[in-house]
Amino acid sequence: MADNNTVVKKIATREAYGNALAEFGGDERIVVLDADLSKSTKTDTFKKKYPERFFNMGIAEANMMSVAAGLASCGKIVFASTFAVFAALRTCEQIRNSIGYPRLNVKIGATHAGISVGEDGASHQAVEDIGVIRSIPNMTVICPADAVETRHAVKAAIEHDGPVYLRLGRLVVPVLFDESNYKFELGKGIVLKEGSDVTVIATGLMVHEAVKAGEMLEAEGINSRIIDIHTIKPIDKELIIKAAKETGAIVTAEEGNVYGGLGSAVAEVVAENYPVPVKYVAIMDRFGKSGKPAPLMKEYGLTAEDIVAKVKEAMKMKK
Amino acid sequence: MDNSNVVLDKQKLKQFKKIATTIRKHIIEEVYHAASGHPGGSLSCTDILTVLYFHEMRVDVRNPQWPDRDRFVLSKGHCAPALYATLAEKGFFPAEELPKFRSIDSFLQGHPSMKDVPGVDMSTGSLGQGFSASVGMALAGKLDKKDYRVYVLLGDGELEEGQVWEASMAAAHYKLDNLTAFLDHNGLQIDGKITDVMSPEPVVEKFAAFGWNTIVINAHDYEQIIDAISKAKNVKGKPTIIIAESIKGKGVSFMENEAGWHGTAPNKEQRDIAIAELDAFLAKLEVE
Repeated sequence: MADNNTVVKKIATREAYGNALAEFGGDERIVVLDADLSKSTKTDTFKKKYPERFFNMGIAEANMMSVAAGLASCGKIVFASTFAVFAALRTCEQIRNSIGYPRLNVKIGATHAGISVGEDGASHQAVEDIGVIRSIPNMTVICPADAVETRHAVKAAIEHDGPVYLRLGRLVVPVLFDESNYKFELGKGIVLKEGSDVTVIATGLMVHEAVKAGEMLEAEGINSRIIDIHTIKPIDKELIIKAAKETGAIVTAEEGNVYGGLGSAVAEVVAENYPVPVKYVAIMDRFGKSGKPAPLMKEYGLTAEDIVAKVKEAMKMKK
Repeated sequence: MDNSNVVLDKQKLKQFKKIATTIRKHIIEEVYHAASGHPGGSLSCTDILTVLYFHEMRVDVRNPQWPDRDRFVLSKGHCAPALYATLAEKGFFPAEELPKFRSIDSFLQGHPSMKDVPGVDMSTGSLGQGFSASVGMALAGKLDKKDYRVYVLLGDGELEEGQVWEASMAAAHYKLDNLTAFLDHNGLQIDGKITDVMSPEPVVEKFAAFGWNTIVINAHDYEQIIDAISKAKNVKGKPTIIIAESIKGKGVSFMENEAGWHGTAPNKEQRDIAIAELDAFLAKLEVE
């Protein structure tokens, strides 16, 4: 974790994604596709450095995903980017049949996930994407918490042979991790704080809220374990079971719908292996709306305070 | 219809007819044994597949993943019986596997699966997607400065998928002259005539408007197929689509031009009649 005394830098994960593509883009196998959103998805950072391996596919996302599959079948490592709402939902079936089923080496860089998109409103705020993509066999789903984790997630996606869905945000978020000692392992969660009373498992920008909640709980005498799950699929079962056994209650935190997302993934592991109470901090089955990101997060119950409240509920249920 | 410059000698012509008829027999057997599948559209594209795999395409049956091979994508993936029969005849796997098509112990999935079947270059079955994938393959060929060619076969009902037109735009935009598409223009889809269900016509004008070179041929005339492929190879700066006017169910009298045979398997009696007709055609070839 970054030193608390330094001024916290803020970078959007989409920005870090574009930077990482440019940084690792020297690999000649890498091809980047976008659907007329390269300035927003930040794939234009790659395009400026490697224009010969960047292809704009226009406002035609379905075609882009299957073109990506064709490129991958010829040995390319393809990053296909658009907003999460189009990637996971408009082209869900292309991802399933052209990419997931033949397990082709396509990395879907889905930016503008969640309600922190803000002013564009519900039509552009994907809240269903984790659940939708997670239910497709062969897919790996990664939702990084900050810029450092995003950089490593892109590197891991390049090294992983198979389809990956990268869930990225529009909003600038605090840099949590220190590049010099950060270690990313696909499918492995990161314990950010040890604790014995309860475990908070978060993903994406909610990891930062979870860390804040951990400090607030500590002030109230509650010793919480805070876990960052960057890889939602395959999920780190071992770490979740251990947390269930050792802390007896779990709260999950994600910027997405309560059905099918991180919370569901954690509950699946807990229910089958070591049942303990699980409470969800998530969007409660409704669409987003326009507004500034911070008040939206508050209205939808996605803050450190909401995590603290759920922790108390979960702890009451402990046997 | 465009004029053909190709004239095949009698022996070569006879050879094509023999292979195509054998493939047609396999198609009937596959669908009969599976008691499901799509005979009509498989029979209509058989002659195109015959020319591609037995005359045109650079493939190596001992090395199906050869990076420099020509690619073929069956975008109308439901016509897998025709593709599997062609690949088996070519030698990618034994023809004895064909009657196991669609069964639980077979690698021959109901629709082509590139991870399961040697020689299948792209998993297809969801219409429109294979066409886009072929655009990706052609783009990869351009990027790598390889000289392989990419062939893709579309159904005419498939043209109702919006993705087909997204892919058409992209292929022309990126000037993919290494891509040759075939349209199996048999005029029928599951629910009836394409012009009754949702007309994609006029198809020649549409593809031309999307920036493609277009050639119209008879889908069952080997000389015309060969000639069109050769013309497509000489067109620079744009992809070519060969609009092949075909007969759904071609080669089996009672299946010809019948929409009902799109996705219906023959029963024992119908299978026997179909095989007898095809055998009679083969016998006639022998005495010619």
